[in-house]
Amino acid sequence: MIDWGAIFSNAAVELISPTTAAYALAALGLAIHFGYTGLLNFGQAGFMALGAYGYAISTLSFGFPVWAAVLVGIGASVIFALILGIPTLRLRADYLAIVTIAAAEIVRLLFTTNSFEPITGSANGLSGYKGGFADLNPIPDGTYGFGPFEYNAYDWWLRIVAWTIVILACLFTWQIMRSPWGRVIKGIREDEDAVRALGKNVYFYKMQSLILGGVFGTVAGMIFVLPRAVVPSNYQTSLTFFIYAILLLGGAATILGPVIGSMIFWVLLSFFSGFIARAVEAGWIPFMTSIQAGQLRFILVGVAIMLIVIFRPQGIFGNKKELAFVK
Amino acid sequence: MLLFGLLLTALTFSTFGASAAHADEINTDQYEYVLSGNVQFGGEPIEDVLISVEGSGYEAEVVTDAEGKWRIGVPEKATYTVTLDEDTLPDGVVVAKGGAEIQAEFGLTKVKSVNYFLGEGERTTVSFFDQFVNRFVNGLNFGLLLALAAIGMSLIFGTTGLSNFAHAEMITFGALATLTLSVTLGLPAWLAILCAIALSALLGYGLDATIWKPLRKKGVGLIPLMIVSIGLSLALRYTFQLFYGGGTSQLPGSGMTDLKFGPISLSPIDLASMGISIVVLLAVSFFLLRTRIGKATRAVSDNPSLASASGIDVDGVIRIVWIVGGSLAGLSGVLWAYFRPGVSWDMGFQILLLVFAATTLGGLGTAFGALVGSIIVGLFVELSTLWIPSDLKYVGALVVLILVLLLRPQGILGRKERIG
Repeated sequence: MIDWGAIFSNAAVELISPTTAAYALAALGLAIHFGYTGLLNFGQAGFMALGAYGYAISTLSFGFPVWAAVLVGIGASVIFALILGIPTLRLRADYLAIVTIAAAEIVRLLFTTNSFEPITGSANGLSGYKGGFADLNPIPDGTYGFGPFEYNAYDWWLRIVAWTIVILACLFTWQIMRSPWGRVIKGIREDEDAVRALGKNVYFYKMQSLILGGVFGTVAGMIFVLPRAVVPSNYQTSLTFFIYAILLLGGAATILGPVIGSMIFWVLLSFFSGFIARAVEAGWIPFMTSIQAGQLRFILVGVAIMLIVIFRPQGIFGNKKELAFVK
Repeated sequence: MLLFGLLLTALTFSTFGASAAHADEINTDQYEYVLSGNVQFGGEPIEDVLISVEGSGYEAEVVTDAEGKWRIGVPEKATYTVTLDEDTLPDGVVVAKGGAEIQAEFGLTKVKSVNYFLGEGERTTVSFFDQFVNRFVNGLNFGLLLALAAIGMSLIFGTTGLSNFAHAEMITFGALATLTLSVTLGLPAWLAILCAIALSALLGYGLDATIWKPLRKKGVGLIPLMIVSIGLSLALRYTFQLFYGGGTSQLPGSGMTDLKFGPISLSPIDLASMGISIVVLLAVSFFLLRTRIGKATRAVSDNPSLASASGIDVDGVIRIVWIVGGSLAGLSGVLWAYFRPGVSWDMGFQILLLVFAATTLGGLGTAFGALVGSIIVGLFVELSTLWIPSDLKYVGALVVLILVLLLRPQGILGRKERIG
């Protein structure tokens, strides 16, 4: 018989999991790119990979403290954004899409290749970099919480830090989008030529937006690897597509959209795969194996992306007037 | 050129006990099912051989320990592709029989042993020039099959403005349809391929009729269309995996022995593949340059409103473009399955970026640019392996894409106005 309690509590756990926080932050970065500026960045997975590897490599290979490792990751992503932006930000939007997707794949292949195995760990990835972060934990040892939300001190520390960063990033984005800078950014999305006619340097504004959203993605990449190991196959193009799904679900040009979108995405995904897996075990769906049940959820994500874009392009929270892709 | 030496099997470790700790292991604590093996040659264990496992969306790698042993835990009782990286074997040793890629399927036990037959072999004593020529021909072959897919993508982009990410799945579809028709239903290979191309054309028509045409009528913008194609690509790709599984299968005749032409070694399939590509590309060129519909297609590419105003049936042209694009993608998928070799659920997605690179290099929306771009990408991917490790060969092509955009953003044959 189906254990509904387990399915629901597994789904509820995703509500505040660090992975949800990481996806929310990455989606917020993408909201700055795509929702506010109208930049089609398809390389968010690359920014996340740089954060994860920047942090892990500088901790493991160079023994950097946490703050320095974080700075290395952010520095790498700023350089990456400059490399991406310089050739493409003057061109039409779909060129940026193709270049960013290609660049993210280059990053992933460079981290996967056997040639740099001593530093990157090749396809096995890296682990054992969490010591510095765990040492900063002020929470005394023990288990805290209630119901499905019962974690040890490290897990609570991780969740608190992750969600604090997400909240700060949301406040920052909210403020910056109300500022004159934000108005120029939104103006670029609506009509680039009009903004240029007002004497603004569109190219530099776009570059700043690319860097800012990329840094959000990079920090998200660091949060993403703190509960797990760094594995290069996590940074495939599908990761970017999942973040797009979250962003479109919540609403592209919104602050809360990415956060709520990420929560809904992960809770539903966990609920759905938990349900299907158990339904298969219980023999409710006789024509399917448990492996096939795992693949079904990706099909669902794909179909969901199509349906949202066609029928509710502004997402849950979005305003139809604020659409990056009206043109 | 293999001098078969001692054929060596590995030992089976179905009764792994405390000694398991010696083997280089990964995820064996985490998962119930374990693949294991022992890499030996001439009775001597070989250390530091890279073994990788892939399947059902799971990937892992280990390196053999001093006793030549390895163990990999896998999450499910499924079929996995276990690959031995021949580059990590000592000089003079190669995988002699059965190939470096083995399909491992679990029986009744939770441990499956995977063994390789190693033999003495001579590797890469070929001169640089001979290697260059050989890679050049291979690259040309690869470029031609890329061109089939790229021209279709470019025509679709030109006439509808859609950057079609689901083109990858149209490529995969051709190969999967051939696999089903020939291996499962037992049709002869040539008939299976023809039917698969017909089905691919039908798929192109079906996608246009059910998704793209209604969306065009609805007036959905180009960027939402592109995102829809991404969703479609994701959904189709995992639907393929749902039905065909995560493994790799071979099309009939894919193991043919190579023929030698001086330094060039090509299988009859490679020759046929290049021949077919060239004939089809010539036919497409003739269609575009000489026929009424081809001229109409180019007119729609240039300016849909003007074409419509001068009496061209724009929707009809777009329908034909999708049918042609679908069948070209299907054919390219079949040829790609022979080139790799093997058919798998994500084979189209593996070359999607190269197809994008090819169309962008040549100039987005220009059919002949896509041809030129494809051949450059194909040659670059194959020739670059002379200098860089083969697992980085796609990186070179993608770097070239970025450099070309930096220097000549409209592409090689593109016109400057297109980049707006």
